[in-house]
Amino acid sequence: MADAGAGESHSPLAQFMIKKIIPLEIGGVDVSYTNSALAMTVAVIAVSVFLIFGMRRGALVPGRWQVVAEMSYEFVANMIRDNVGQEGRRYFPFIFTLFMFIFAGNLIGMIPYSFTYTSHLIVTFGLAAVVFIGVTIIGFAKHGFHFFHFFLPHGVPWFLAWLIIPIEILSYLSRPVSLSLRLFANMTAGHTMMKVFAGFIFVLGVAGVAPLVMVVALTGLEIIIAFLQAYVFAILTCVYLNDALHMH
Amino acid sequence: MTDEKPSPSLEDLDARLRRAHERRPDRSADEDQGPNPNSVGAGLGIALRIGIELVAALAVGVGVGLLLDYWLNTRPWMLVVFFFLGSAAGFLNVYRAVSGYGYAAGYRRDESRDKKSPQQHETPPDGD
Repeated sequence: MADAGAGESHSPLAQFMIKKIIPLEIGGVDVSYTNSALAMTVAVIAVSVFLIFGMRRGALVPGRWQVVAEMSYEFVANMIRDNVGQEGRRYFPFIFTLFMFIFAGNLIGMIPYSFTYTSHLIVTFGLAAVVFIGVTIIGFAKHGFHFFHFFLPHGVPWFLAWLIIPIEILSYLSRPVSLSLRLFANMTAGHTMMKVFAGFIFVLGVAGVAPLVMVVALTGLEIIIAFLQAYVFAILTCVYLNDALHMH
Repeated sequence: MTDEKPSPSLEDLDARLRRAHERRPDRSADEDQGPNPNSVGAGLGIALRIGIELVAALAVGVGVGLLLDYWLNTRPWMLVVFFFLGSAAGFLNVYRAVSGYGYAAGYRRDESRDKKSPQQHETPPDGD
C-alpha cells in the first residue's frame, strides 16, 4: 500500500502477493489460510459487527452509527426497488451481502499494510460467477425454455438469426467476465498506481512533495472507486436479475 | 469545538442545501436517498465500463474460439470466426451501455420502460 516500508519489497505488485498464514492441505488440495482469507474474515466480522451493533438498540431516533447502518440498508433496498421492482425484494439479502462484502474488501484494502482481496481476479470472478449462474438459474426457473428467447432480440429478420444468436450468446457469456474484470482491474490498477507514486516520494527527496500530494489525492480517488465499484457490481447484479425476472 | 461553532455552520449548510435543491427542480424531495452515486459516478462509471465491456466480450469470443478449435480440431478457423463475433458482441455491449439502455447488456427490453425511463432511479419497472 501507500507506505510500505523501504525494508520490504519495492515492487509495486508485491502488495498483491498471497502469503500462507496457516498452511493446510486437505486431500491434496491446498486450502491454506492466507492473508487473503484473513482479509475476508476481517471484512465479514467488520460488516457483521457494524450492522449487528449498529442496530442493537434499534432506537426510533437513531444515533450516528445506526444512521449509517440504516443508510446502507436503504441504499441497497432502493437500488433493488428501482432496478428490479417488487419481485427483487426476496433477493435483497444476497445483493446486500454482495455489496457489503465488496465494499468492505475495497475499504480494508485502503488500510496500509493490509490486503485487498478484491484485487484478485479469482475472487471477483467467483463472485461474478455466482451471480451469473444464479441469474441464469432464476431465468430458467421462471421462464423455462422460453429463456432462450433471450438470444434472439425482437424484430430480427430470420436471415440474420444465424449471425445475431452467436453474438448475443457471446454478449451474455461476457457478463461475468466484464463484471469481475471491472472490479479486479480497478482495484489492482489503483493500488499499483498508488504504490508507484509512493515509491517516488523518498527517491526524489525534497521534490518528493509532488508525488506525496499525488498520493494523497489518489487515496481520495481510491476511496471513491472503492465505493463506486461495489455499487456498480451490485447494480449490475440488479440489472441482470431484472433481465432474468422480467423477460418476455 | 465550542458550543457556538456548530450552529452557524449548520445553518449555513442548511441554507446552501436549500439553494442547491432549488437549483435542481427535477429532483423531488422524496427522492432523498442518501448518497446519490449517480451524480459522482455516472460519468466515471460509464467511462470505466466501456473499455472493459469491449475487452471482456472479445476475450470471451477468443476463449470460445480456442475451445471449439480444441474440440473440433479446426484450428485456426473457429478462433478467426469467434474473434470477429466476439468483437461484434463487444460493440453490441458498448452500444447498449451508451445508448440509454442503462447498465444492462440487456437483451429484449421492455419498450414501455425504455420510453419511460432512460435513466436509473426513476420509476421502478412494473412487472410485465
